[in-house]
Amino acid sequence: MSSIEERVKKIVVEQLGVEEDQVTADASFVDDLGADSLDTVELVMALEEEFDCEIPDEEAEKIATLAQAKAYIEANLD
Amino acid sequence: MSKRRVVITGLGALTPVGLTVSETWESLLAGKSGIDYLTKFDTEPFSVKFGGVIKGFEVTDYISAKEAKKMDPFIHYGIAAGVQAIRDSGIEVTEENATRIGVSIGSGIGGIGSIENQHAIAQKSGPRRISPFFVPSAIINMISGNLSIMFGLKGPNMAIGTACATGTHSIGDAARMIEYGDVDMMVAGGAEYATTELGLGGFAAARALSTRNDNPQAASRPWDKDRDGFVLSDGAGAVMLEEYEHAKARGAKIYAEVLGFGMSGDAYHMTLPAKGGEGAARCMATALNNAKLDVSKINYINAHGTSTPAGDVCETMAVKSTFGEHAYNLAMSSTKSMTGHALGAAGAMEAVFTALAIKEQKLPPTINLENPEEGCDLDYVANEARDAKVDFALSNSFGFGGTNASLVLGKV
Repeated sequence: MSSIEERVKKIVVEQLGVEEDQVTADASFVDDLGADSLDTVELVMALEEEFDCEIPDEEAEKIATLAQAKAYIEANLD
Repeated sequence: MSKRRVVITGLGALTPVGLTVSETWESLLAGKSGIDYLTKFDTEPFSVKFGGVIKGFEVTDYISAKEAKKMDPFIHYGIAAGVQAIRDSGIEVTEENATRIGVSIGSGIGGIGSIENQHAIAQKSGPRRISPFFVPSAIINMISGNLSIMFGLKGPNMAIGTACATGTHSIGDAARMIEYGDVDMMVAGGAEYATTELGLGGFAAARALSTRNDNPQAASRPWDKDRDGFVLSDGAGAVMLEEYEHAKARGAKIYAEVLGFGMSGDAYHMTLPAKGGEGAARCMATALNNAKLDVSKINYINAHGTSTPAGDVCETMAVKSTFGEHAYNLAMSSTKSMTGHALGAAGAMEAVFTALAIKEQKLPPTINLENPEEGCDLDYVANEARDAKVDFALSNSFGFGGTNASLVLGKV
């Protein structure tokens, strides 16, 4: 089983069409990885799917990097 | 002030018989059918099991995979044809000319496949799973939107949706923007991707499609006694329209001039043509009048010619009433016998073919024409392409709702 970080990274790579080594812990999806507002919505949807959870919009807005996504999922999953 | 002249300086096409203009044109002159069985979904429950799809297309030849997945295939096709036409014209978009170049590429139906897919997702997993890209991937004006973003085209940006007349209306309307002085260049055309479950099922339910399931390549047979409906196809066509002096000044190659545009409404029936092709006749007459051309000057008509029992007869009657005796001197063919009917893309593809007929002095044939219907006694260029003198030509498109459009093109 891959780690949460690896699973999140894989989704970011697929959704944003970037290289794996660009997806560092603190790279901003929008500023560094070229995502626009619709990309980030879709990214969060893909995370919900992968981790079988529902991320409320106000929480989703705070997820702007790999590290933040990982932290949210760790804190909110069993 | 005299009218500004409009010429065609670039062509683009993606059809069931070719991924480029030259490949498509070669197939048409060879009389090749692009129709085959549909394999994208199980056609077992459908009364029609075939259509004209685009084969071997790589969207990444035109846009990145990341961008492509946000768009319905009808947008991919429209972008491909648009990019081809822009590249063919040789224009370089600069800060100075950007606001003088616009885009108008429409679609008959738009992203019907995306609507089906996203509805299925919403039904299965709830509305939270609807893609944020659903709306921009399905709406009709997103070919124009995306092309303008790709090339920085800052002129008028729009899309017409007049069913099967879309492509012809788009080109005629865009030409008038140039004539009027709004812009110097317009990329205009149409695109379609409706060979989906709802698209096929919907047209089949309207009893508009051929059900010749045992021989798809022979199904589109305009004016033939055994025709039984049209063949649903995908694809796109686009032209670069340009003001004549602008084109001359930059040494652009010119395929043909847009001399006239006509439109009319049948005011008759949702799907059937008006009796005797009355609306179509008025449309052609309006286009010829706009071109200030006597009917005797027309050498070739690229017909709407969809292979439906009513439509083909009505168009022939309309040509006879518009052209009188000259109807028997001109040639009229239906390239839909080979490409099938790509709805909103059809008129744009056929404007490309009409421009090539003028440029190359060749007439593409009507294939599968074995026994002409009674009263269908014109020269339909049956089964074999041929060389011909083509100085002036007309291209017709008629759509559901009783909407008609005709373009007159001429040699420059």
